[in-house]
Amino acid sequence: MNRIDQKFIELKKAKKAGFIPYVTAGDPDPKTSERIILALANAGADVIEVGIPFSDPLADGPIIQAAMQRALEAGMTVGKTLSLIAHVRAQTQTPIVLFSYLNPILKYGMKRFANDAAAAGADGVLALDMPPEESAEYVRIMKKHGLSTVFLVAPTSTDARVRRIARLSSGFIYCVSRTGVTGLTKGKFDEVERTVARIREHSAAPVAVGFGVSHRDDVRQIGRLADAVVVGSAIVRTAAEHRDDPVPHIQRFVKGLIHEKK
Amino acid sequence: MTYPDSHGHFGKYGGMFVPETIMPALEELIRVYRGARADAAFRKELAYYLREYVGRPTPLYHAERLSAMCGGAKIYLKREDLCHTGAHKINNTIGQTLITRRMGKKRVIAETGAGQHGVATAAAAALFGLECVIYMGAEDMRRQELNVFRMELMGAKVVRVESGSRTLKDAINEAMRDWVTNVSSTHYVLGSVLGPHPFPMIVRDFQKIIGQEARRQILLAEKKLPDLLVACVGGGSNSIGLFHPFLNDRSVKMAGVEAAGLGIRTGRHAARFAGGTPGTLQGTYSYVLQDDDGQIRETHSVSAGLDYAAIGPEHALLRDTGRVAYASIDDREAVSAFRTLCETEGILPALESAHAVAYAMKAARHMKRNQVIVINLSGRGDKDVQSVREYMEKNKGL
Repeated sequence: MNRIDQKFIELKKAKKAGFIPYVTAGDPDPKTSERIILALANAGADVIEVGIPFSDPLADGPIIQAAMQRALEAGMTVGKTLSLIAHVRAQTQTPIVLFSYLNPILKYGMKRFANDAAAAGADGVLALDMPPEESAEYVRIMKKHGLSTVFLVAPTSTDARVRRIARLSSGFIYCVSRTGVTGLTKGKFDEVERTVARIREHSAAPVAVGFGVSHRDDVRQIGRLADAVVVGSAIVRTAAEHRDDPVPHIQRFVKGLIHEKK
Repeated sequence: MTYPDSHGHFGKYGGMFVPETIMPALEELIRVYRGARADAAFRKELAYYLREYVGRPTPLYHAERLSAMCGGAKIYLKREDLCHTGAHKINNTIGQTLITRRMGKKRVIAETGAGQHGVATAAAAALFGLECVIYMGAEDMRRQELNVFRMELMGAKVVRVESGSRTLKDAINEAMRDWVTNVSSTHYVLGSVLGPHPFPMIVRDFQKIIGQEARRQILLAEKKLPDLLVACVGGGSNSIGLFHPFLNDRSVKMAGVEAAGLGIRTGRHAARFAGGTPGTLQGTYSYVLQDDDGQIRETHSVSAGLDYAAIGPEHALLRDTGRVAYASIDDREAVSAFRTLCETEGILPALESAHAVAYAMKAARHMKRNQVIVINLSGRGDKDVQSVREYMEKNKGL
């Protein structure tokens, strides 16, 4: 069984909401990035989203844009991202989802990408600008290599779209908390409740909520509504603010997010 | 077969490669646009504004001195530079603002490179009383200072984009980010035959009037179809506008002219067909200037409006089928043609359009005197006077 599916079964048994941090691969450099990902695994991440850097991240806010820029300047590529995943996989069994814009995957070659990502130990893929309409071949190729295909549902998605997305999704469905790009702007979480309910009407898959989730209170509130919470920009920012020694700061920040106050 | 198909494909190109948040807005746009095209009242209103506000039809002018100087084919200029706000861009912005009103949205946003699309959007927004925000790269704001002020005078807010190469591509990224955020209140008036479906179709349809008029006008003037159509290709809206109504006229050859910048071999250019490969950028699958890792390369052209890493998907199809020939003209040739048109005809072309003029001048020499070329003079060059002066000072030999 795929590590993502296994993880959500465990979480369900434990009646716990999962915690899914996001980081950009190669930010600020490949070595440090590897240490950050392992620190997230050790701090209690249930799934880790690893972003493949892209020159034109039009769905990302300033924090992740800057992270991608740093990664590209440090020479990060799709191939190096997959090597990074392989290194991480040798040291932890935490499920990993690759989070990417479509073009780097196309340029690498979709079949080659699926093959190499699976071999490196990735468990799923989310292509941000790949809508269900265009994704028949993509889903077939990823599935063939045992990779889950995670899709986004937005508050603007119509019911017909939610249904179509549910059919193509595996692993989990990523519910975007609000309209907008990634970043710290707080989500309107009353809208989330409605969107999650609409997803549940069409799918039994676990639902993870992300975008604008950055505080412990958000994590707790979302954790009551959904099966998992995604935190991206807040973690990327913490790493960027402590570039020389990010690991202890990341660990402290994550513990503050997911553990009850003593 | 007519293109695009219902999901916006031109052969294998095109499509809708955007985040889910925007997809429902594109579906709404497709629906409202279809309704509008089928509505006689909409078509009548559009025709009214194109005639009374934009000043259509624009002349098809026989450039006799330019033709004589080249010593070959007869050259005609389709004078889109005489449109209100100085370029063909307004054909599309009037159409899209009418659609915006039909959708009940009160705010429009747009990207701009040379500033022409920004000015045309600002004008249309003022005309219909809509809030207007224009995204423009910092480098382009420097190159096109006057157009920035023009937009502000018409009530638009111009947002400076400092990311990436600080040109058109980065302005589109920022406009998309705004749209993702404000999608329910805002329409994104995309300025070229780029981006996700239905934009390449809608913008083409609103620009087809250029070719429809030119076809009528040349048949009246010459009693025959032209032998060659020439237009510059940034995203490709003025060229598709001229070409499209002639696509079934097999005797009419067509040339799309990209920007070769400092030369294809220098790597500092914007010639997607000469130096690019298929990929997805900003919502569409087409030819893109990218590196081996799928990262988008920086582009260069003396003209801001051609300085872009992707080309409209319909052009990619027309290139693959061989219906349109694509060529490139470098900065030096474009500036030289700019000056030639000033000197022979007293017309200042936009630097974008000067690329088409340069190509046509070369082609005319090898054609017979009874053959006819139509150049789309897509915009006027008042905005470029400063850039041309800087270029001439830096390149004294020209």
